[in-house]
Order: sequence, then C-alpha cells, then structure tokens
Amino acid sequence: METAVTKTGTEDKIWGGGNEPLKVSYGKMMMWFFILSDALTFSGFLAAYGFSRFKFINSWPIADEVFNHFPFLHGVDAPMYYVALMTFILIFSSVTMVLAVDAGHHMKQKKVILYMFLTIIGGFIFVGSQAWEWKNFIKGEYGALETKGGQILQFVDTDGHRVALKDIAIVNTHNERVQHENKNGVWYDKEKVLPAFSVEEIKAGFSKNKDLLLRTQILTEKGAKTILTREESLKRLNGDVIGIVEGANMVHNEYGNPLFANFFFFITGFHGFHVFSGVIINIIIFINVILGTYEKRKNYEMVEKVGLYWHFVDLVWVFVFTFFYLV
Amino acid sequence: MAHDIAHHESNTGKIWKVFILLSVVTIVEVILGIIKPAFLIDTTFISMKLLNWIFIILTIYKAYYITWSFMHMDGETKGLRRSVVWTGIFLICYLIFILLTEGDYVYEVFRAGYKSWDF
Repeated sequence: METAVTKTGTEDKIWGGGNEPLKVSYGKMMMWFFILSDALTFSGFLAAYGFSRFKFINSWPIADEVFNHFPFLHGVDAPMYYVALMTFILIFSSVTMVLAVDAGHHMKQKKVILYMFLTIIGGFIFVGSQAWEWKNFIKGEYGALETKGGQILQFVDTDGHRVALKDIAIVNTHNERVQHENKNGVWYDKEKVLPAFSVEEIKAGFSKNKDLLLRTQILTEKGAKTILTREESLKRLNGDVIGIVEGANMVHNEYGNPLFANFFFFITGFHGFHVFSGVIINIIIFINVILGTYEKRKNYEMVEKVGLYWHFVDLVWVFVFTFFYLV
Repeated sequence: MAHDIAHHESNTGKIWKVFILLSVVTIVEVILGIIKPAFLIDTTFISMKLLNWIFIILTIYKAYYITWSFMHMDGETKGLRRSVVWTGIFLICYLIFILLTEGDYVYEVFRAGYKSWDF
C-alpha cells in the first residue's frame, strides 16, 4: 500500500509517520475491527436468546422435534441432519475461500477465479437451505392448540408419538365459517387467515378417539415434554383452549414459546442476511478478479479482506448451530 | 502486505487438514446430539448438562481453528491479535454472565412467585 502513503523524508524516525505498528494495511485492520463489532452484535443476540431460554428453562421447545426435516424424505424424523449438512456446506465454502486467498498470494489468477466461484456457489446453496428451513418452520407440521394463557398444547397418542390436527378433527361440513374481509367491515379490518379446523371440530374428534392425549410445554426431569392423562387432557381442552395454531410466526408458534420463533427468525435471519451480503461482496470481487484488477495492482489483498468477512460468517454459523440446534 | 510476499509457501495441505478437523468435530457433535448418551445428560456441571458443556467447548475449538487458520490470525502481530480477540472475549463473557444470571433469576421468580401463567 506504499502508493497511498505520502513520503515525508523522515521514515527512519519513529515519529516520522508511515509507521505500521500492527503491520497490516488500513483496510485489513478495519475489516478486523468491523468483524469484532459485528461479533459483539451477534453475541448480543445470542446472549439475549440465552437469557430468554434460561427464563423459560423448563418449557423451551426441543430443537430436535422442531427441525427434523430433510429434502425428499417426507415424514421421516431426521433431526439435525439437514443443519449438519448446511454447516458442512458453509465450512466447505470457507475452505474454498481460504484456497482462493492462498492462490492470490501466489498470483494465480485462474485458481482464484475457480475457488471464488465455488465459494459463491456454496453461499447460494446455504442461503437456499436457510430459506427451505424457514419454510418448514413457518408452515409447521402437526399443529397445536393455544390456551388462554398463551400456552401451547400438542397432541400425542398413547405411545407418545405426535398426532396432526388433520388426523383428529371431525370436520363439520354444515358450519361454514366465513373469513371476514376488509371490504365488508366498517373499519376495513381484515381477519387473519382462518385455521383449517375450528376448536369445536378438534374437540369433537378428541372426545371420540380415546387414544389421544395432550402434551404441555413443561419439560420433565428427563427433558421430554409432559404428557397429561386422558382426564387432565379433556379438562384442559374443554376449559382453557381458545384457538388453533398451525406453524409459526412472530405471535403464535405451534412448537411452543413464541419467543423461540422470534429469536429463530431474528438470529438466523440476520445471519442469512450476512451470508447474502457476503455473496454479493464476493461476486463484486470475483468480477474484479476476472477483469484482472488485482493482477494490475500486483496483489490480491481485496480477496483476503472479503475472505475475512466470509470466514466470519462461517464462524457465527458455528455458534448459531450450537445454540439453536445442539444445546 | 507487511508479512511479506516472499515467504508465502503454499498452505494448501494445512487448509485441508483443518477442513477435515472441523468436519470431524461437527460429525462428533451431530452424533452426540442424536444419541444423547444418558450419563452426559444426567451429569451436570455448574448447573448445565455435561453434554451441553461438550458442545460449547467443541464450538470454541472450531472457532479457534477458523480464526487462527482460515482467517490467518496466527500471522498477525500480537497487538492486533490481542486487541481483537481479548476485547471480544472479555465483553462476550461479561455479557453472557450478566444475562444468564438475570435469566435464571427471572425463572425463579416465575416459578416461585404468585403469578400463574400456565392456564
């Protein structure tokens, strides 16, 4: 970076200027301090997640039950395999990135192009996987009931396997509940999309089928959800239930505590945004590499700087993976 | 590029080694997460399951390799390394300590208090 430094003719003196005590260029040092501050932002989010989790330590959703989908394997319980795959994809794209940086040190333009291309592809696959994960989370699988206190009750059979709402409900075809649209009301207020079943239909189905039980959010000593007896289940169903929840959004969450969904959307969303912007920055540098900008400049330090950012994104994912899916 | 262009020998071998290491650690984490050995769940250390401690330690181990090997923190000067790593670690530990203590306190209030929330 000599070109950017004005020569004063006092370089040999300590205070003569042009000294680099940290022996890195300005850009790289600032990338490190940006990464530090961004790391603190993510730590803030993850620590807040930890706070909420400790607050509801005995009723937090079990990640293995929430994230158990795998592409093309419908109805197969595959906890964590998909996130593990995503982790590999991201670590691998980190490897291709560091290989690109390494090739840059040796001024091998062709290799830098190849490795950066692979990195970008890896980034796109990761973002796509994240979107798929969100889709499953938002759509939900079994559906659940919500009580007056905002608690979630889920259905299980006597073996403890989850049962979906559609397998319980006895649909009453005579009672067609119409969704209120904004063109009909004085206040132009639209009603939320109606759930597929009404509470009455679920109640009817539940009382018919003696094998069904309810499961609360509370965790037992062994870390499983508490299953109520048939009597308790009926009592809670008839006394406390006010609505049906299918899937998850910022307010209702069929997996349990709504805070879980909020943190999931916020933290993985913020990370996904980082991955996305990382891909964009990578593409910009990739184009520059193809154009030969860094050949002319005689160094590939820009590749190194975006590499730092890309590795940071990987670093954050390692922590998100642990705290959302493993712990 | 102060740490000179002259001694940039190729690190490809080392990079692949670190990749294998990170993959193995991730696989171990996933396997532990799926089988959940009973003795690791039943044993607690500082009010957290041993299994969770293992996950966190393995995560920090992975983070160390990503930072040191992929981000070339090992090649930076001591000053830069410390100003980035120590600052981060100190503030993060402080934040985690405060928030988790507070979270546990709120849990106790919810549990022992007179407020009913499960209805």
